[in-house]
Amino acid sequence: MMTDTLLSLSGVHTHIGPYHILQGVDLDVPKGGVTVLLGRNGAGKTTTLRTIMGLWKASQGDVRFGDHVISRLDTPEISRRGIAFVPEDMGIFTDLTVAENMLLAAANGPMDQKRLAWIKDLFPPIGTFWNSSAGTLSGGQKQMLAVARAIIEPRRLILIDEPTKGLAPAIINSMTDALRELKNTDTTILLVEQNFTMASSVGDTVAVMDDGRIIHAGSMKELAEDADLQEQLMGLSLEAHQ
Amino acid sequence: MSDTSIKPRIEKVPLSEQFFQKLPVLLVPMLALGGLVAIGSPDSWLTLTVAGLAMGMMIFIMASGLTVVFGLMDVINFGHGAFVAVGAFVGFTVLAWLAGWTTSPSVMLNLFAVLIAILAAMLVTGLLGYAFERVIVMPVYGEHLKQILVTMGGLIVAQQMIYVVWGPDELHLSRPEALKGSFVIGEAAIEKYRLVAVGIGLALFLAMRHILKSTKVGLLVRAGVENGEMVEALGYRIRRLFLIVFMTGSALAGLGGVMWGLYQETITAHMGSEIMVLVFIVVIIGGLGSVEGCFIGALLVGLLANYTAFLAPKVALISTIALMVAILMWRPQGLYPVVKAK
Repeated sequence: MMTDTLLSLSGVHTHIGPYHILQGVDLDVPKGGVTVLLGRNGAGKTTTLRTIMGLWKASQGDVRFGDHVISRLDTPEISRRGIAFVPEDMGIFTDLTVAENMLLAAANGPMDQKRLAWIKDLFPPIGTFWNSSAGTLSGGQKQMLAVARAIIEPRRLILIDEPTKGLAPAIINSMTDALRELKNTDTTILLVEQNFTMASSVGDTVAVMDDGRIIHAGSMKELAEDADLQEQLMGLSLEAHQ
Repeated sequence: MSDTSIKPRIEKVPLSEQFFQKLPVLLVPMLALGGLVAIGSPDSWLTLTVAGLAMGMMIFIMASGLTVVFGLMDVINFGHGAFVAVGAFVGFTVLAWLAGWTTSPSVMLNLFAVLIAILAAMLVTGLLGYAFERVIVMPVYGEHLKQILVTMGGLIVAQQMIYVVWGPDELHLSRPEALKGSFVIGEAAIEKYRLVAVGIGLALFLAMRHILKSTKVGLLVRAGVENGEMVEALGYRIRRLFLIVFMTGSALAGLGGVMWGLYQETITAHMGSEIMVLVFIVVIIGGLGSVEGCFIGALLVGLLANYTAFLAPKVALISTIALMVAILMWRPQGLYPVVKAK
């Protein structure tokens, strides 16, 4: 498992207005499994995902997806190459129904009913509130819809930005289960997560960011078992997050 | 799934809140009822109400494109009036060419002439909208101050081009025979043309509503109004959608221009910039980006303008501004605020 590199960033710099956010990010995301991107607030995790997605353009360096450099492509083209994005604010269209949100996410044609049934099984509220306005969903249900949208069509890579932020523990458990089930498909996931317990339970590999750079990359299992390394990289031990 | 998964539930909206949400829809019948009480005479009220609805529908036709353009593209287009004026002048030219049809006693020929004039106006203003978006608007996406300046510049250029092609004089735009005169019901006189305007406006509103609610393009427009970035992340080229919406909005302004010209029976190069005051009031009242709000706002403005012109002509001058102030004090984001992603 996880031998080939699906996504790689080499020397990526991103500027937002006068601010130099990413300062030479080098990151390899292996094919299959979950790679977790950790780091304190403001380290550049969200910017990394948005740069991969083309929402903010890299001012320097390359983002390579499979055999192709995608950092010069626009966002719709990057999406159509098989990358889905679940932003931190979930990006739900609250004026639309759950069904309409899903319909739009199936950009390449009608929804695959078998896949939809699988998603409804994975996230029961999607089926329950199918014809309800997405704006009336709770925070956890919106997060489920955001992930459901990302997987309504088979994707090679899903970028998920803090899916457990502000959610109740029971919903976090549901989300963790869903990510584990997604791991059993061919989908690769690049997950930004502050909840170390959740991150370590689903992650296969990990990269830690600070000040716009990757300061550590390796196995999640090793990091989870090494309290000193956690302390050194993030200033907090795993116990503190439990 | 985890055993700890939470049972799905959804918060019920209280009845009072539901009533509050529906209240804008009730404003139009409430205003009409208030008008009946204030005017007293049912015949005068009927005449004024149809006139107000017709005026409102025409303003809606001109404003609907502008509000969607603002909602979807975040573009403040002060040049929208150019499409109104150009549409009216193209319609004038076509109707002049088809003078044989417009003066014919045949209702069909009369209506065909108007239909061809409308289609020609929409085609020309749609194409003009394409050029306007590519040349003037595209370089200033996301920069509101520059948008105001360059689109006003575009409006001035368009007005000067009208002078070049059609001359500086006010032109008389005669209605076809079938649209002249009135139906008399009791002592109320209802102009035929106003009924046609109400019919076209209503049909357009229902068509727009259907497209926005029931087609994928409509879904994309609604989604794009709320969060254009996410629409792109789902794989859709929103710039292409921008262009289609801009051209459609321009074509609708052209349609509104022909209808307004036939309503006023005179057209000038400045008619677009003059009507834009009412159009912007309607867009603001309705909530920037909301077609439903725009529709209700236009009807309110049309009815109020006609009622106050009858009851207190001096007040009529400020009635629409007062209406806008009152509505913004009640709902600062307009009747139907459009939620936009931050």
